[in-house]
Amino acid sequence: MATLDSKTPPGPLADKWRKHKADMKLVNPANKRKYEVIVVGAGLAGASAASSLADMGYKVKCFVFHDSPRRAHSIAAQGGINAAKNYQNDGDSVYRLFYDTIKGGDYRSREANVHRLAEVSVNIIDQCVAQGVPFAREYGGLLANRSFGGAQVSRTFYARGQTGQQLLLGAYSALMRNVGAGTVELHTQREMLDLVIVDGQAKGVVIRDLVTGAIERHAADAVVLATGGYGNVFNLSTYARGSNATAIWRAYKRGACFANPCYTQIHPTCIPVSGDYQSKLTLMSESLRNDGRIWVPKKAEDRRKDPSAIADADRDYFLERMYPAFGNLCPRDIASRAAKRVCDEGRGVGPSGLGVYLDFSDAISRLGANGVRERYGNLFDIYHEITAESAYEQPMRIFPAVHYTMGGLWVDYNLMSNVPGLFVLGEANFSDHGANRLGASALMQGLADGYFVIPYTIGDYLATQKPGSCPKADGPEFKAAEDNIRTMTKRLLDNPGREPVSHFHKRLGKLMWEFCGMARTKAGLETALQKIPELREEFWANVRVPGSGDSLNQSLEQAGRVADFIELGELMCRDALTREESCGGHFREEHQHPDGECKRNDEGFGHVAAWEFKGPGQAPARNVEALNYESVKMSVRNYK
Amino acid sequence: MVAANSTQPLSITLRVWRQADARQPGKFVEYQARELSPDMSFLEMLDVVNDQLTVKGEDPIAFAHDCREGICGTCSCTINGKPHGPGRGVATCQIYMRTFRDGDVVTVEPFRAAAFPVVKDLVTDRSAFDKIQSAGGFITVRAGSAPEANGLPVPKPDADLAMDAATCIGCGACVAACKNASAMLFVAAKVSHLGLMPQGQAERDRRVLAMVGTMDELGFGNCTNYYECSAACPKLISHDFIARMNGDYLKASFRAALKPESAGASGGV
Amino acid sequence: MHFFGSLFRSSIGRKVLMAVTGLILIGFVIGHLVGNLQVFQHPDHLNGYAQFLQQLGPWLWVARGVLLVSVVIHVWAATVLTLENNRARGPEAYRIKHTIRATLASRTMRLTGYVVLAFVVYHLAHFTWGSVSRESFKDNLELYTMQSDYKFAGIPVVKAGAEVHDVHEMVVLGFSHPLVSLFYIVAVGLLSFHLLHGLDSMFQTLGLRSGRWSGALRTIAVVFCVTYFAGNLLIPGAVLAGNLRPHTAGPAFSSR
Ligand SMILES: Cc1cc2nc3c(=O)[nH]c(=O)nc-3n(C[C@H](O)[C@H](O)[C@H](O)COP(=O)(O)OP(=O)(O)OC[C@H]3O[C@@H](n4cnc5c(N)ncnc54)[C@H](O)[C@@H]3O)c2cc1C
Ligand code: FES
Repeated sequence: MATLDSKTPPGPLADKWRKHKADMKLVNPANKRKYEVIVVGAGLAGASAASSLADMGYKVKCFVFHDSPRRAHSIAAQGGINAAKNYQNDGDSVYRLFYDTIKGGDYRSREANVHRLAEVSVNIIDQCVAQGVPFAREYGGLLANRSFGGAQVSRTFYARGQTGQQLLLGAYSALMRNVGAGTVELHTQREMLDLVIVDGQAKGVVIRDLVTGAIERHAADAVVLATGGYGNVFNLSTYARGSNATAIWRAYKRGACFANPCYTQIHPTCIPVSGDYQSKLTLMSESLRNDGRIWVPKKAEDRRKDPSAIADADRDYFLERMYPAFGNLCPRDIASRAAKRVCDEGRGVGPSGLGVYLDFSDAISRLGANGVRERYGNLFDIYHEITAESAYEQPMRIFPAVHYTMGGLWVDYNLMSNVPGLFVLGEANFSDHGANRLGASALMQGLADGYFVIPYTIGDYLATQKPGSCPKADGPEFKAAEDNIRTMTKRLLDNPGREPVSHFHKRLGKLMWEFCGMARTKAGLETALQKIPELREEFWANVRVPGSGDSLNQSLEQAGRVADFIELGELMCRDALTREESCGGHFREEHQHPDGECKRNDEGFGHVAAWEFKGPGQAPARNVEALNYESVKMSVRNYK
Repeated sequence: MVAANSTQPLSITLRVWRQADARQPGKFVEYQARELSPDMSFLEMLDVVNDQLTVKGEDPIAFAHDCREGICGTCSCTINGKPHGPGRGVATCQIYMRTFRDGDVVTVEPFRAAAFPVVKDLVTDRSAFDKIQSAGGFITVRAGSAPEANGLPVPKPDADLAMDAATCIGCGACVAACKNASAMLFVAAKVSHLGLMPQGQAERDRRVLAMVGTMDELGFGNCTNYYECSAACPKLISHDFIARMNGDYLKASFRAALKPESAGASGGV
Repeated sequence: MHFFGSLFRSSIGRKVLMAVTGLILIGFVIGHLVGNLQVFQHPDHLNGYAQFLQQLGPWLWVARGVLLVSVVIHVWAATVLTLENNRARGPEAYRIKHTIRATLASRTMRLTGYVVLAFVVYHLAHFTWGSVSRESFKDNLELYTMQSDYKFAGIPVVKAGAEVHDVHEMVVLGFSHPLVSLFYIVAVGLLSFHLLHGLDSMFQTLGLRSGRWSGALRTIAVVFCVTYFAGNLLIPGAVLAGNLRPHTAGPAFSSR
């Protein structure tokens, strides 16, 4: 069994990080350049980590599968980034941000980590502004804020609807500065396919050059994974098509524990699926819920009617009805489940019946069409582009979609996994959001990890490694890992199957959405646990991967990723099945209050479940890290 | 090719550039794409065609894509001669089949520029942009050394204008659309974004000299003010930023001539 | 880091050279037109003006030198930029060529530029070197006697009674050939078209254009080019229409 020592420093919550920084070992400046660090991924977390480590003097090699670091999925984040600056003088503080995040996560995250996140949030804004990130400003020239779901203060910093883009471009510019200076060796269009462990410590990776097909080995003193989330297990999601779980999944198979895989976030306001060919779901910003009213017809037989022909009395504004205090602005998981429920009752709208109306007619009569255009014009345009419908004239149709994965590789307080020398940052780790993430907190976490945590904690590990002791990439472990990848590649290419990869990805997505989506049941999960292994068998028997392995081969890339998704999907279902409670994004129908809210089981499940790979065909082991709440009391989340 | 706005399925003939890699010659190959939903995106149409090719045992068409919502800048098809295809202010991934009419012949080519060699089919290598960025597209600040964010007010109009420039998604459509394959709009957007912010002043001269110098070395063409770039830009970034960069460049060259150290060691041309 | 080096080597530098030399040449063509429009006044004016320019001696050569260097740089930069631009497209051209908004003027700069260059050579041959039609060249015409002082900026620079070349006569005779006039009109039309984009471009290249001004600058460019073309049309037009006749054959103007 793996040992899960969170290494949470002792002492009062607010002093832990400060004290820990003072206690950690340091690497002397002249020695830093003798250490090599591999950073896989250059989204917010990876780019900030790689540039910070290079600025400190470490030798950094950075790998991304994208053709440029600027294309990482972080680029797509719209809404904003939280920070406890209290510029609005509205009572915000580090403690309040910490508390909101803990509560938003339904008391399933580690207190000390979340507090540190809130502490460094203020430095992130300083750093980004200094890099030239053009955040929204007030007329006085100072930074503007907006409010976001799950908080009663305005602490979200934003750059139009493109906050992720601007933050990523900031981190990317820092990274490229180091690339120009020769302090970071950047490898684009390289996919990490395996982790190499030497004497129990992470010491390298095996990479495929996506353009030439060459398999490369790279050794280092430490490996940092910042490869993003795994929401594409569901096939349809708001993620970029290329987002994948391969790096963390292969690390899992080398011994890193996978924590809370079943925690997924479903975002309520996305454009519904229009057909089987669909490849992507587009998020409509949460901000729309400020002025739009969500409803479905009261009677199922009205669902195909022209919405304007349905009288107000025949409409069910279900969020306003169920959650009078927060109304249309209740948290994401709650709004999503409510939408699912009314659709399950047969009252969903649109061709598929999987949609609810988001209606702006009240807002238009209150603010005028121009007033609405000013606030949401660009979103209405996007909606029109995709659906050819005008939300000024008829209500939008929206439906929940997979948006974020709170689970990820298990890490301790230092962001190191249970494999020494393997650090995991950003969405790829499980660390800070518990069972549900609040809006505008993922960007914060990614940058906190990269700019302000890893620069300290990696030194504590490297100081235990002799400078220059990094193994050569020609050792037997490297060779074995490379052979493993070659075998898998060959098997995929030579497979005498008939179906394209997408066929399996779609089927997996449907299974996951049905059985491990917004609401889960024991029976459903058991069904999934039977069907997914069947799907895996079928995949290996019947997938067709055209082309060769020695040039750009997108089918081959996709095949490897989908193979991993199928295995990960199984683990997610297993995790969801074992977690006999409802919390945050994990909703088990058996465990709900009479009003349909999550019923947590703090006694039985107030812990992190970290799964350990036990070999192909073997059941994984479920390790547990108890969550000790010292500062806040676990209580029922209430947004009514 | 204006929106037919019908819900009827449509069929088109695709004429796609196929090229195994940069060294081999390419050619156009025709494919039939039948019974397409008008609500399907252009890239989803390519997905469907590719799945059919795969089942038939043929090599699917390689095309670049990722976010499929117009922000990552990965997608890059030239559709009927226009980078990112019909439509204004959108990327390839935001083109929907309802834009086309039943029976249309649709020609799909890669972004063509010497500085963007073809990797395969419709995929090109745009790493030249990264090289330009690494030459000077940054403000040097280490994590930990930043001053308090509100210590430096930025007038709202400056911040807004900087943001207009900063919306660039780095897709390269400006280069692809320019009759000279010039990268001026891309470089100008970055230079202007950072040059408009007070934080960016310390490295302002050095930045513009170094970025333009690198751009010149990479084999892009020269701007002759056609303004095709800004018209093809999925973010409709204005070519006014090019004028701004030209001015900045001139001033920086002057200052560098008078006081070479202001341009820094790597600056200049 | 030499400033001039960077002007000649960098892409923006070469464009600045184009803009600045273009500006000098625009200045020249404006001066040239304004000077020539004196053809509509008493022959004393044009002939006195021509004589005055001749008297500038070395200064005339300085001016000619500047113009010549400007032309050389302008054409050199255009050629180098064009060659580079053709290379920049890469090994394959687009199968389908599509223009979103580039103006016809901008897309024909090379064509109009080279035609105008050819015309300038012809024009010089015609009126400066006299190698086009010898019989009507000023050297072969009778000298003209100034009837009054020619003043430049209020100062009499050519005295009455001075014997000078009869440029007025040469111009009128020159344009009485319809083909010559036609070529002239076409060339000046192309030049105006060239300037339409050139002027707009110059503001852009020198960094003088910005969102608020771009509309106004464009209007200025259009008005300038139309006026310039109209101004140039006047002389051959008047000659062909018979409104402007050789003064040796009676009064220069039919209206007088
Ligand atoms: C539509 C949308 C809107 C969002 N809006 C917000 C918001 O407003 N606020 C907020 O806080 N959060 C938001 N989020 C969440 C947030 O954007 C992400 O959680 C966050 O950006 C993840 O950053 P990251 O650095 O961990 O990973 P990513 O940005 O996903 O980067 C992953 C990197 O890893 C590389 N990589 C992956 N696998 C491999 C491999 N095998 N080999 C080599 N390289 C690899 C990739 O090339 C990439 O560089 C949003 C998410 C979505 C989908
Ligand atoms: S795929 Fe990201 S911009 Fe088109």
